[in-house]
Amino acid sequence: MLNKLERALVRELQEGLPLVKRPFLEIAQKLKISEEEVLARVRDFMQRGIIRRFGAAVRHQDLGYVANAMVVWRVPDERVPEVGRIMSSFPEVTHCYERARDPQWPYNLYTVVHGQTEEQCREIAARLSAAAGINDYQVLFSTAELKKSSMKYFLEDEW
Amino acid sequence: MLDELDKRLLNRVQTNLPVVPEPYRELARELGTTEEEVINRLRRLIETKVIRRLGAIFDSRNVGYKGTLCALKVPAERIAEVAAEVNKFAGVTHNYLRDHEYNMWFTVLAPSEEKLHEIVQEIRERTGIQEYLFLPAVKIFKIRVNFDLLEEQDVE
Repeated sequence: MLNKLERALVRELQEGLPLVKRPFLEIAQKLKISEEEVLARVRDFMQRGIIRRFGAAVRHQDLGYVANAMVVWRVPDERVPEVGRIMSSFPEVTHCYERARDPQWPYNLYTVVHGQTEEQCREIAARLSAAAGINDYQVLFSTAELKKSSMKYFLEDEW
Repeated sequence: MLDELDKRLLNRVQTNLPVVPEPYRELARELGTTEEEVINRLRRLIETKVIRRLGAIFDSRNVGYKGTLCALKVPAERIAEVAAEVNKFAGVTHNYLRDHEYNMWFTVLAPSEEKLHEIVQEIRERTGIQEYLFLPAVKIFKIRVNFDLLEEQDVE
């Protein structure tokens, strides 16, 4: 659980790093702490995995990765760790999650694959299938992005 | 479009930025340019939405939030209306239409498990959609969001 100061720092950092010479100083002044303390806490957040990455989130669709597919796999429970590892090793796979099965939906491993075309995405799925020996899967293409936003945490907090 | 320095800058900023008092000056040094140039280019890349966000990308689980993937079977003629209801929730961060009978796929984040179920329950009540999937992550094997732009350029 994050303490109050940590939640306030998350709230500032999620607005993006200020484009000024001393961005951490600007954040520090808002929180009434020192620049060194902000830097130390950001490093601490990175070490604890609270900040996964301290960098830019880029829109891939603008950069030539026009096709992406969610491929869902039905994997026997005892093979999930091995299959997850195999699929994650493919550079075309950007996300690989195990998810709970739903009574209406037997798939339990989810990969997102990126390619230049839908055809390429299907080929990647076929290669993943062959590599992992999992043949029960579906390829779901996105036809429209209805929402894409960054999560804003702790907005309800008073500070 | 993007020139060579933009691409090098984008490649660089997709990994971790230097956590130092003057991070843009450090980037400029690495890229062989000026601090002003780095700041101006980053501002332009953000304005033109090539960069969606610059700075901390949080791991929602380690922040203490709970999340799930959900899917709804939405009749074609109700997609816009249902999407509007779903997207009203701040905790819904991604929502995609997919070519499947379960056609609306979205992620939900909330400060607790209870709140998460409340949001999904409320979406079902407001939209009246009965057929839905609730698919929380059990284990994350991989999340990678940065690509090597220069390498991509070479392939083309």
